[in-house]
Amino acid sequence: MLIYQQSRTGRRAAAQAPLQKAELSGIPEAFRRKQRADLPEVSEMQAVRHYTRLSQQNFSIDTQFYPLGSCTMKYNPRGCNSLAMLPNLLARHPEAPADHSQGFMACIYELQEMLKEVTGMQAVSLSPAAGAQGEFAGVAMIRAYHDARGDDARTEILVPDAAHGTNPASAVMCGYKVREIPSGADGDVDVEALRKVVGPQTAGIMLTNPSTLGVFDRKIEEIAKLVHEAGGLLYYDGANLNAILGKVRPGDMGFDVIHVNLHKTFSTPHGGGGPGAGPVGVSKRLQPYLPVPMVAHDGERYHWLTEVDCPESIGRLSTFAGNAGVLLRAYIYARMLGGEGMERVAEYSTLNANYMMKRLTDAGFEAAYPDRRATHEFILTLQKQAKQLGVNTMDFAKRLLDYGYHAPTTYFPLLVPECLLIEPTETETREELDGFIDALCSIKQEAEEHPEQVKSAPHNLPVKRLDDVRAARELDLAWKPDNFN
Amino acid sequence: MPFIPHTEEDVREMLATIGAPDIEALFDEIPTALRCGKLKKLPQAMSEMEVAGLMSARANQDGQPVCFMGAGAYDHHIPAAVWQLASRGEFYTAYTPYQAEASQGTLQVLYEFQSMMAALTGMDVSNASLYDGATALAEAVLMAVRANRKSKSRRILIPRSLHPAYRRVVQTMVGNQNIELVELPFDTAGGHTDPATLAVFDGQDIAALVIPQPNYFGVLEEVDALTDWAHANKALAIAVVNPVALAVLNPPGEWGEQGADICCGEGQPLGAPLSSGGPYFGFMCCTQALVRQMPGRIVGGTRDLEGKVGYTLTLQAREQHIRRSKATSNICTNQGLMATAATIHMALLGSDGLERVAIACHANTQSLTQKLASIAGVEPLFNRPVFHEQVLRLPISADGVLDQLSAMDVLGGLDLSRDYPELGDAILVCATEKRTEPEMDDFQQKLQMILTC
Ligand SMILES: Cc1ncc(COP(=O)(O)O)c(C=O)c1O
Repeated sequence: MLIYQQSRTGRRAAAQAPLQKAELSGIPEAFRRKQRADLPEVSEMQAVRHYTRLSQQNFSIDTQFYPLGSCTMKYNPRGCNSLAMLPNLLARHPEAPADHSQGFMACIYELQEMLKEVTGMQAVSLSPAAGAQGEFAGVAMIRAYHDARGDDARTEILVPDAAHGTNPASAVMCGYKVREIPSGADGDVDVEALRKVVGPQTAGIMLTNPSTLGVFDRKIEEIAKLVHEAGGLLYYDGANLNAILGKVRPGDMGFDVIHVNLHKTFSTPHGGGGPGAGPVGVSKRLQPYLPVPMVAHDGERYHWLTEVDCPESIGRLSTFAGNAGVLLRAYIYARMLGGEGMERVAEYSTLNANYMMKRLTDAGFEAAYPDRRATHEFILTLQKQAKQLGVNTMDFAKRLLDYGYHAPTTYFPLLVPECLLIEPTETETREELDGFIDALCSIKQEAEEHPEQVKSAPHNLPVKRLDDVRAARELDLAWKPDNFN
Repeated sequence: MPFIPHTEEDVREMLATIGAPDIEALFDEIPTALRCGKLKKLPQAMSEMEVAGLMSARANQDGQPVCFMGAGAYDHHIPAAVWQLASRGEFYTAYTPYQAEASQGTLQVLYEFQSMMAALTGMDVSNASLYDGATALAEAVLMAVRANRKSKSRRILIPRSLHPAYRRVVQTMVGNQNIELVELPFDTAGGHTDPATLAVFDGQDIAALVIPQPNYFGVLEEVDALTDWAHANKALAIAVVNPVALAVLNPPGEWGEQGADICCGEGQPLGAPLSSGGPYFGFMCCTQALVRQMPGRIVGGTRDLEGKVGYTLTLQAREQHIRRSKATSNICTNQGLMATAATIHMALLGSDGLERVAIACHANTQSLTQKLASIAGVEPLFNRPVFHEQVLRLPISADGVLDQLSAMDVLGGLDLSRDYPELGDAILVCATEKRTEPEMDDFQQKLQMILTC
């Protein structure tokens, strides 16, 4: 039931709004609203019950194992939340003067410095609001660099076929054409194919390493050399940084610009869709183009760097300074982990992934790259089940929900048919991994013996399988008093 | 080990299963030349207690001055229930609702959010959020260029009375796509965009006109005339609005003869704390005809196998994960939790509560203006109606005055000389419903003291 359906004219949560209602004066009639907006009219308790009940219809990290590949659904420490919500931090106006901001700015500055160290980059700006905005900023910097050199023949960005959809979409927003390069049979970028397409028209290449195929691209140095020799730059999509934290740094691999998804690697919560934060780091030659604002320290005080201080900056990406509250959570997380803790993140996430891959392949599942080490994630392909039993990956995913596990990422990356991308993260216990493995095995057996049971899943959730086609065909995007809901 | 549950025995057995001698062996595909060694410049780990001490000290250092600043971020009361509910782990730690059946909570909240935003703006449909107000406008500009089939130009008219940071963000985000942003001057007496100044563009090919309400100065724009001008010239009308103002102001869906085509804005006033500028959320609504050009996530109602109502992400063929380089936007992660908080916020206030908030802010700002204008040399700069924000002229340079006020724990508004040097010594002030009579008197006395000594 919708909150609207509980609404009764004249009911109010009266203590939540000003008790006195003044007359609206000084605003001529012509500017005024003629009819009240149709918002629900409920009591505070009704609202609290309604949204509490709705929350209970969600899977989440706090309630379930959530091995969504490429998303790094690790535990979000409670301390990060409560300390980022200290009253003075919540009350700080974004335009507050520097003398009321030194404490906040110290956190931001130190986070910039820590990210420089873990990524091996020269300078960092925290302003992008999410990974995709970091990608946009990164590619815009690549463009600004070429433009500043009068090198305007570079019209293409290369993107591997395994890349996340945001990569090509971000390149296009920067005015580039996108050219796809294939992955080889072993999961690494096909260097021969790359050699054929890289050239004077290449502005850069966008890669994530480990790639979305769950393997570390062993030819990264060769790729970097090829692209650099052709005059292009290398962009690193940091979505998979969790796998290599403290083991190998994008800067050392030869990347010129990177983004980090703090809502993955630095454990800020995903909030059912956001907010995130996608800081960008750059090598020396891209430093002038970093997005503003940033925080600088003059030995005594912190101050903001804006368009005035950074005239070559690609500019501003949000009204103020990005998702500050998310940055604070990441900062607090980084302080609790320290340097050693960060290295352990890569170690234990990789241990968990390799353990699961081994046990699942031993149990008869087919890995997409059985001869490779898993990184922090790995891919299973259910082609055999789809072909022989008519039970596809989506069916497996929905059935997993019945067992109380969130499904892994399905049908991504696009080049592996019927795939499940599984990322356990370092914060899960071995018992949890074993439980999930057992569930997948028992679904495999169900698929063989009672395929209908899997194909019609889920059975134990608030709703049965939903009709996506109907949702797109008979658009119902907002409640109206007289619609059928 | 912080946040890692493995015992030594776990590790031993897991490695045995894998058939690896140690954890280090799992990294054997990384070329050794690339390995980085210890991260020496990172600080040592701290316990939660130690970090709590550090963060409290830093927060205390910044204090909590009394806020008379608006300029795009407003200090509203947020009902206690909003964040107690939004911080529930089931909302806070879920991902984007890709598995609809396991995410009905988030999906239904977002459907309710879309319904409320459509009702508030008077538009047909809403998406499920964008990053913030400024990026929402940039996306609206890109959407208008895609959607306006009558226009071949990529020219957008943007008033100078629009928030300066919005204008900068739009420039950053659309600048690489050959879109031309043409600035419209504002009337120096009224602080608004005089519709008559648009006459020079009559009959020209314009893709869209941006119309803020209220504008950056708090001044009300002639939205009906501006919207009608846009439509008469085959341009789309893009409204940029404050959602709290919409409790009392005519919504964009009702502007002029046909209403605005796209409406966007900053959602912060609906339940997001000031929090140094973020996370907030951008909202975007539009007419039904344009829905397939919209960026971002959209939730739709549907049925399950047994005919029961449920909710799911829909029209995904617009999005980057399906359409890749041809998507309507690159956005993936949005500001879902902020939209969740806004939904609860609106449900608690209802339209009556929101109206009370809007009127109280407006009345407080009027009262503050009167108090401050009683000081010699302080006066409102513009003579047109405003909503809950006011530009005041000062007799001396604003930055020195604001610094002194800040030292006395009053954030006395924003110095406009940075972005509008033509306005001279002027500040932008705002008093929300949270400001009390004594706080306003205190501000007045301190300002008077500074100006008379
Ligand atoms: C590989 C990869 N790249 C980029 C992104 C985009 O990041 P965001 O959703 O923060 O915009 C994601 C995650 O969604 C991802 O998995």
